[in-house]
Amino acid sequence: MADLRTDFVGIKSPNPFWLASAPPTDKEYNVVRAFKAGWGGVVWKTLGEDGPPVVNVNGPRYGAIHGADRRLLGFNNIELITDRPLEVNLQEIKKVKREWKDRAMVVSLMVPCEEESWKKILRRVEETECDGVELNFGCPHGMSERGMGSAVGQVPEYIEMVVRWCKQYTRMPVIVKLTPNITDVRKPARAARAGGADAVSLINTINSITHVDLDSFAPMPTIDGKGSHGGYCGPAVKPIALSMVSEIARDSETLGFPISAIGGITTWRDAAEFISMSAGNVQVCTAAMTYGFRIVDEMKSGLSRWMDEKGYATIEDFRGRAVPHVTDWQYLNLNYIAKAKINQDLCIKCGRCYAACEDTSHQAIMMEKDGKRHFEVMDDECVACNLCVEVCPVQDCITMVQQTSGVDARTGREINPEPANWTQHPNNPMSLKAAE
Amino acid sequence: MAQAPDIQAKRLSKAQLEANFANLHAPLNAHEAFVESDRCYFCFDPPCMKACPTSIDIPLFIREIQTGHPKSAAKTIFDQNILGGMCARVCPTETLCEEACVREHAEGKPVKIGLLQRYATDAAMADEHPYGRGKFSGKKVAVVGAGPAGLACAHRLAMHGHDITMFEAQKKAGGLNEFGIAAYKTVDDFAQREVDFVLAIGGITIEHDKALGKGLTLEQLEKDYDAVFLGVGYAGVNELGLKHENSKGVEDAVYKIAALRQSKDLSKLKVGRRVVVIGGGMTAIDIALQSKLLGAEEVSILYRRGREHMRASAYEQELALSHGVAICEWVMPKKLITKDGHAIGLKIEGTVMKGKKLVGTGKTYELAADVVFKAIGQTFVDMTAGALALEDGRIKVDEGKRTSRPKIWAGGDCVAGNKALTVAAVDDGRRAAESINTFLRGSHHG
Repeated sequence: MADLRTDFVGIKSPNPFWLASAPPTDKEYNVVRAFKAGWGGVVWKTLGEDGPPVVNVNGPRYGAIHGADRRLLGFNNIELITDRPLEVNLQEIKKVKREWKDRAMVVSLMVPCEEESWKKILRRVEETECDGVELNFGCPHGMSERGMGSAVGQVPEYIEMVVRWCKQYTRMPVIVKLTPNITDVRKPARAARAGGADAVSLINTINSITHVDLDSFAPMPTIDGKGSHGGYCGPAVKPIALSMVSEIARDSETLGFPISAIGGITTWRDAAEFISMSAGNVQVCTAAMTYGFRIVDEMKSGLSRWMDEKGYATIEDFRGRAVPHVTDWQYLNLNYIAKAKINQDLCIKCGRCYAACEDTSHQAIMMEKDGKRHFEVMDDECVACNLCVEVCPVQDCITMVQQTSGVDARTGREINPEPANWTQHPNNPMSLKAAE
Repeated sequence: MAQAPDIQAKRLSKAQLEANFANLHAPLNAHEAFVESDRCYFCFDPPCMKACPTSIDIPLFIREIQTGHPKSAAKTIFDQNILGGMCARVCPTETLCEEACVREHAEGKPVKIGLLQRYATDAAMADEHPYGRGKFSGKKVAVVGAGPAGLACAHRLAMHGHDITMFEAQKKAGGLNEFGIAAYKTVDDFAQREVDFVLAIGGITIEHDKALGKGLTLEQLEKDYDAVFLGVGYAGVNELGLKHENSKGVEDAVYKIAALRQSKDLSKLKVGRRVVVIGGGMTAIDIALQSKLLGAEEVSILYRRGREHMRASAYEQELALSHGVAICEWVMPKKLITKDGHAIGLKIEGTVMKGKKLVGTGKTYELAADVVFKAIGQTFVDMTAGALALEDGRIKVDEGKRTSRPKIWAGGDCVAGNKALTVAAVDDGRRAAESINTFLRGSHHG
């Protein structure tokens, strides 16, 4: 049985599944339910400065896009940080941590960009005996207009400055939560490391408007005829998060910098992918908000079974294994030749591959053979683009098969077993020729 | 076998009868339609569309439902099949579009195309008629027979701006939609509502109690109108060819089905305790199942070949079996047993294929019956006195459904090659209308 325990920047938890800072972690009641359900840890919903509580809208806070059968694919919110009094949150955090010592309790924070504000809140948070803090430099709506959240996360110098203050005023581990609403995620990650942060967590939500109401012409969610952009999350953002995590994982300046991965993690498989991309743990929100806390059962058992089958005894055994396989386009092997192959036993003859290939790609699929409806790839036209694989409704019906010898029917060229990439390609004006 | 025949009404309570003759399949609600429409793969060169006799663009109409426009979906359906509402109820989809659906191939669970079509057409029929009548062409067309073929033809002709007079032998229009379809397939007087829907386009008048040989002749029609369409269906019923076939208790299934449809109070309809149905098509299933639903205790279908040879689809057979109807295969009626001029049973002989020929095995047994229904097919009765060329006993037509006489078109059950389905009749009617329109427009300019 695989050991799912993790030690993330000194914070121990029985499994790598944490609930991200969000509505599910806003109060004792929810967090206790989560721990009872088996979650390894939580990042308590962001606390702000002491004083008059934050005010939320009293209309809809969420929007979504759906796939088949109203499966929630993308989720958007305009909720702010916690709107409960600071003292109430702190008391509850302390109580829950005392009752659930084996679980990770991290507290998310967002206060104005002033040294005194951070000093003050860190002192009070430390008294809760929580395991660490996460600096919310990612929230893209509402708070960012007041100079907090992503407004800080978009300026690497601010990140570094605030992290320095935090490391100065607390002994707790400091995790910096990054916004994806920037051009190059490596810059804020480097700043966090330069400031002395223990880790980064990413991604926070992406600026988004999910719909326009075609009766009122207002963005949704709509508050009295108006809407504002929210933060996008859920399964739809996972590829963006995975790419950003990989960027930080393979950047020479942040190599080995601990990462807590966030972004559309819905199943054990998503978690395994992020961990293989070097994440030390994962944070989940939308999946829990869609299906409830019980999904963690499938996540734990699924990850555990997969690790057993692969022979990984601990999380560390496969963590980061995907990183060396991420490279730049220019280093991809241009001598690698593959062709799509349709398994005729699995084919249900819907013709989607044909429509896609014929209308929008390379005219490499035939739709008739011996007067019968029949879909087959023509190797002499197939560039192995994978479009047919992705539009086929039957899993594994169309696969990409590597051609290791003979002649590529499309180009007429002999398969070259030696790898060669763009940097060596004759068409590349920048390619370096050996001096003769 | 000496028992007196037991035929009576009120075998079941009114409530039970009402429940039995309610919708066979409840219509989809909005949620169900949304979930189901999501299942369509939007196939290329869609097999379902090819399997539809009226070539409805099925993936398109399902996508229109899915994107929130069931009325656009209905328009897509009506463009090809103005009786799409009835076809959604009575088409044997399991042997047409749904059999061809790639998800039938993939999972044995096709997209519920028929129910989705019903969802769309129901939504549209609650609204105003979706077509406008074309500008009047000055041409008049006679349509004989206000069944599915005639209605489809008349509607398309009205779209093209022609004036149409329909002649109908019955007091109600609709043809087999009104008189021939099992009651539980078309509840709430749907056939008449659909007739009203079709006629709402305008330019169509119906004269009842008129038919060829009943106030009409081909020659007169040709004289009075610019073109004529015949959608006269089958007028005859096949005989068993047994002695005593005219005894009491031996009935033609089609007439009983019509009586059932026209009945305003099912508790007044008499039904036998033991019912035997001879035949293997939809009519046999319909009468067997409806007898059971009326309260018959024992209902058996006798078919001279195996179940796999029956014209009734496997789905229809299952439906009958699940309601307690027995299907006896490889048997044929040998003799009607009567007492005092009333059928009381049948002598039945086993059958077997000998080479390519079906022959009796010589083994016989007797089966008691209070009522025997004949459901062995209907025939075209030529009321034109040989004026039209025939093919295989029905009217010969070309691709545009034109007969051997240049001003006369025909479609539906009365023409050679027609599959005897509502949907096939509609297709004939539409095609004929297009051909007639081309002819009328041509002659107009010529």
